[in-house]
Amino acid sequence: MTTASISGFVRGEMIAAAPPPRLHASLLRQIRERLFNSLGNATLTVLGVLLLGSLAWPLMKFVLLDAVWRGAERTDCLPETVGHEVGACWPFIAAKFDQLMYGFYPADQRWRVNLVYGLGALLGAPLLVPRVPYKTLNATLFFGIFPIVAGLLLVGGLFGLMEVETRLWGGLLVTLVISFTGIVGSLPLGVLLALGRRSDLPVVRSASVVFIEFWRGVPLITVLFFATYMLPLFLPGNWKIDGLLRVLIGVILFSAAYLAEVVRAGLQAIPRGQFEGAMALGLGYWRMMSLIILPQALRLVIPGLVNSFIALFKDTTLVLIVAIFDLLGQLRASFSDPNWATPVTLFTGFAFTGLIYFVVSFAMSRYALYTEQRLNAR
Amino acid sequence: MRRQSANSGVETPPPFAVIYNPKVRSALYQFALVLALLWLAYHFAVNATANLGARNIASGLGFFSNTAGFGVNLSLIPYDETDSYGRAFLVGLLNTLLVSGMGIVLATLLGFAIGIGRLSSNWLVARIAGSYVELIRNLPLLFQILFWYLAVLSTLPGPRQSLSLLGAIFINNRGLVVPTFRQTEGFGYVVAALSLGALATIALGLWARRMRDRTGRGIPILGKGAALIVGLPLAIFVAAGLPAEVELPRIVGFNFVGGTRVIPEFVALLIALTTYTASFIAEIVRAGILAVPRGQTEAGLALGLRRGQLLRLVLLPQALRVIVPPLTNQYLNLTKNSSLAVAIGYPDLFAVFAGTTLNQTGQAIEIIAITMAVYLSLSLATSILMNWYNSRIGLIDR
Repeated sequence: MTTASISGFVRGEMIAAAPPPRLHASLLRQIRERLFNSLGNATLTVLGVLLLGSLAWPLMKFVLLDAVWRGAERTDCLPETVGHEVGACWPFIAAKFDQLMYGFYPADQRWRVNLVYGLGALLGAPLLVPRVPYKTLNATLFFGIFPIVAGLLLVGGLFGLMEVETRLWGGLLVTLVISFTGIVGSLPLGVLLALGRRSDLPVVRSASVVFIEFWRGVPLITVLFFATYMLPLFLPGNWKIDGLLRVLIGVILFSAAYLAEVVRAGLQAIPRGQFEGAMALGLGYWRMMSLIILPQALRLVIPGLVNSFIALFKDTTLVLIVAIFDLLGQLRASFSDPNWATPVTLFTGFAFTGLIYFVVSFAMSRYALYTEQRLNAR
Repeated sequence: MRRQSANSGVETPPPFAVIYNPKVRSALYQFALVLALLWLAYHFAVNATANLGARNIASGLGFFSNTAGFGVNLSLIPYDETDSYGRAFLVGLLNTLLVSGMGIVLATLLGFAIGIGRLSSNWLVARIAGSYVELIRNLPLLFQILFWYLAVLSTLPGPRQSLSLLGAIFINNRGLVVPTFRQTEGFGYVVAALSLGALATIALGLWARRMRDRTGRGIPILGKGAALIVGLPLAIFVAAGLPAEVELPRIVGFNFVGGTRVIPEFVALLIALTTYTASFIAEIVRAGILAVPRGQTEAGLALGLRRGQLLRLVLLPQALRVIVPPLTNQYLNLTKNSSLAVAIGYPDLFAVFAGTTLNQTGQAIEIIAITMAVYLSLSLATSILMNWYNSRIGLIDR
């Protein structure tokens, strides 16, 4: 053994051993070790406390302590009337609540919207709980029958229901309609595209790749503009497409491309043996896919699908740029009401809608996490 | 019949229709797809021609040289109303690149800081970073843009009551006012000194690494590098007789004189894009660092590396392999998301071109196609660049 063959540095003498780590520690010691164990860490802790103090306390004061809870007009939310600094002006939300939820959907017809929400919750909730049986039936009802029933109920014009034009729709209703239709409409297309991208047929494969990469490469807002301004030009002149429907088509094309990539990840995770086994059983392509591969692949990508749904839910806000009043669009419209113009109106509105967006997205992201852990635990 | 042929020792496949031949079938399927696509394209073309004819819109790109006739409130190149649509397009494109470029740099810095912060041994820091990520990620970006623009920036006090930072940077409801920096004669020497200092620092770093590899003793180069990069140009700057001037903004009457005004639309968009993308980058960084096996951390600590050194020398270089591909996606997302500028009137490519120009000319097909093509080529260029980088730093499997 020669030292010359070793080019790097080799330590000759040992350093003194460090004391063993402590297994249990008192609260005080834990605080010291976790927050103040070095000068740098202590500085960070102090800065963190200052940051929390300068954000959390004013937020709490604004939302709860200084907030105005009762009132009927803007003067109730002015510091002169209240007598102290004014926080959130909740009467503003109370006055605008119906608009934020339903837009201009006729007041006597709103039970239809509520019925749709109720049906959706009734069919959707058991789908989320893995332990509830009859998943296939449930999914068929929720993804196949429910959209048709909901569409009939919301649009009306049949069975004696008054027709409600979509330009009267608004607020949370539009947000939910777009995100739900977007995901339900784009899932079949996304699955087809994912299969196409992994197909052996060169023309099918390249067509799928071009389609997917094209829609993933452009911003959603250009897609919405495409659907609103360009699509009508491509269709026969006597076809009139509803404004909301145009947007839905754009959203479906856009999110199908993203879903295709999610589903592809699931297809790639299926071992080759499953394909070979299906073929050895004599199944053709479509039966192999629908009976063996897709049921496994789709189960694997549930977390990804939920995450796509969150992304879509947040992205629906973009429709306000093409003059469709979703929750955020309705909020923005309500700011221009001079009857409620106070210094705190803007912050109050953003706090309320922000809470809605946050609660829905956060809950769904936790659900995605839960399904992921459930899959990993297997 | 089949048995007979088998008995005679000749393998004749059973007779079947041509349609069951896999090759014929696949050719048929593909032919049908091509036919369907061609049919669709043909109908689109026919309808578009008819519709455009009915609306008296001339197709083509001739409008590019027409006079735009509208102004924009931020332009990196000289532009006024008499310029053409082509130049307006360029103005918008540059504004998109400006906000995306700055957004990418700032979001990377903030994202790495927060992602590392989430893994901090400091309990409070980890919690604050975690709450930041959860809060920002779960609110729509457009909501945040409107929040910063409508609720925060427009409710700031007017110019006379501007909030000021060190008396040099002012922020008010008309935007941000920063000092203007102008170079005068002799500034080139300072730039030369700066590049020289940087080169010398790199050389010093390489030499220090060689020495460390040979002797096991690290040579601290932080101070020397700082002296070379900051001190040397500073000395030249003073020696050359201060060849630059800084113009501080001052309030005269109701507005500012001097300084450079940054429009509030830009500030709001940049803040929202940066903070939003940073929350996603933070998660990517955290996942990347967690993907490095724990043994690497323990081995690093056992070798006597400090926490900072461990992160810089052991964890980050390995984590980068996991981080880079999704990071690319975030950069692309940020660039695409910058098109939301249209909601608050920042004159980016989309607002100027697909917004105002489309309104004025009505040439929906050309304009939307060009806008899509620009974003698509930005996306493709970034992914090509990042794939190349990724293949360079990727682990080489044996």
